[in-house]
Amino acid sequence: MIKVSHVTHRIGGATILSDVSVELAAGGVTALIGPNGAGKSTLLSLIARLIPLQSGSITVDDLTIGACPSDVLARKLAILPQSADAAPRLTVRDLVSFGRYPYHKGRGTEEDAQIVAQTLHRFGLNDLAGRQLDTLSGGQRQRAQVAMIHAQSTDYVLLDEPLNNLDIAASRSLMRMLRALGRTVVIVLHDINYASSYADQIVAMKDGRIHAVGTPADVVTEDLLADVFGTRATVHQIDGRPLVQV
Amino acid sequence: MYPRRLIGLAAVLAICVAGYMTLGAQGSWGFVLPFRGAKLAALLLVALAVPTSTVLFQTITQNRILTPSIMGFDALYVLILTALIFVLGGQEYVRLPVIGQFVLNVGLLMGAALVLFGTLLSQARQDIMRMILTGIIFGVLFRAVTGFLQRMIDPNEYAVVQVNSYARFGRIETDLLLIAAVLAGIALAFAWRMRHRLDVLELGHDTATNLGETPQRATLQVLVIVAALVSVSTALVGPIVFLGLLVVSLAHQVTPAARHAVLLPCAVLICAITLIGGQTVLERVLALSTPLSVVIDLLGGAVFLGLLLKGMSR
Repeated sequence: MIKVSHVTHRIGGATILSDVSVELAAGGVTALIGPNGAGKSTLLSLIARLIPLQSGSITVDDLTIGACPSDVLARKLAILPQSADAAPRLTVRDLVSFGRYPYHKGRGTEEDAQIVAQTLHRFGLNDLAGRQLDTLSGGQRQRAQVAMIHAQSTDYVLLDEPLNNLDIAASRSLMRMLRALGRTVVIVLHDINYASSYADQIVAMKDGRIHAVGTPADVVTEDLLADVFGTRATVHQIDGRPLVQV
Repeated sequence: MYPRRLIGLAAVLAICVAGYMTLGAQGSWGFVLPFRGAKLAALLLVALAVPTSTVLFQTITQNRILTPSIMGFDALYVLILTALIFVLGGQEYVRLPVIGQFVLNVGLLMGAALVLFGTLLSQARQDIMRMILTGIIFGVLFRAVTGFLQRMIDPNEYAVVQVNSYARFGRIETDLLLIAAVLAGIALAFAWRMRHRLDVLELGHDTATNLGETPQRATLQVLVIVAALVSVSTALVGPIVFLGLLVVSLAHQVTPAARHAVLLPCAVLICAITLIGGQTVLERVLALSTPLSVVIDLLGGAVFLGLLLKGMSR
């Protein structure tokens, strides 16, 4: 379980998060939604210690963010940051191999090679394994990045807007792959329909505060859209899941 | 990765070393070989120090344009040296044992590098243009203050400074060789131990953090190693602004997308070939009086401009 207690974060004079407390249960997919500037990415970055915690505390199971060594956390929690475009010359296989770094620190074993091979196979990357990242399409690159996170074999997987710049086929296949991982997935999404279709739990944020937490059916309502996003939209119920008419 | 290219480079280096040691020798070998051997050792130390410090710095700042020299590390070393002589007085400074002088310089350079560049790198990492501008301004500032201090001190003391202010491959300070070799050895050992971490750090702050690295701490470690290596090369042959950029750019061409375990030796071999081969050709074959540093800075400057223009057109 990821437990966030009384986290406040300021950048310059602006308050990005104010006294946020939320518990994200282990297992299943949790989606963070909210308008631009609600603090979703900041919250995710704080949980993954990409930016230092200013006040409050965050624990991931028995690990306390900021206190536990970075490499210990790297075996418990993985994050795909918003702009993970470094090292364009890397091949797909090399990128996925880096997912094993928290375990072998540069000296890969036979077991690591096996996990990399399995991951490449599972994500359908065998044909692309020798290609450099900058020769791939946006969807293929995103798939390779997620494969690296998968090879990290962590209980928790955090993703910051992974659907940006992906077409509908790539978006759907990525979301289905994430569901099939069987890990605890926390994902920042812009598209509420993807959140309500694929998430078990939705956390809605606004102005640096948690606005609502619950199942898609509880959270995605016309009132919430008006409150959080400031837009009036019709919500239909299809197969028990709410769908926003856009 | 690329074992044949590394072996090829090593073979070229062996030819250069043989040429440097034997060409144009007059007189007894018993004198020539140790005399040239000491200079050769100094050139090899520089060839180890300059590319290693450049690669480390470029990895940690995630760019291929800036180098410690361009950011003003060499100029800072000369400034610290000048300031020491200004404060202590030339006689006092010269009376210090060579090791004491060197250790004092290195220690001060490490401290200054951590204060100046440590804060800069943690704030402006993403902003390459700001880094370039800051580096140029640092370089100009360090040189201007150095020049000012040199005008203030008396001519005898100036002579002490002058020896260390200009690049010189012909006259090498071989009396520093032992202490420089020890320091370079320690710094290189740390750099080599970091090679797998550097591969990860090159992926960027967020991805490296995700994989359990601590970029902030690694930056400080790299700055200390770079300060030590820059001290070694500057003390031995003086500041050479574009050498690191030139040889590391070539290394990226020879071994593209290589891990640091390959890139570091490749860059070192290319640097050794450039220095020893260049010195042999200029001094022994062409019998030119043009210093090698002029040729290197001319070529390296062209590479720097090329990289800048290429970066802008993208």
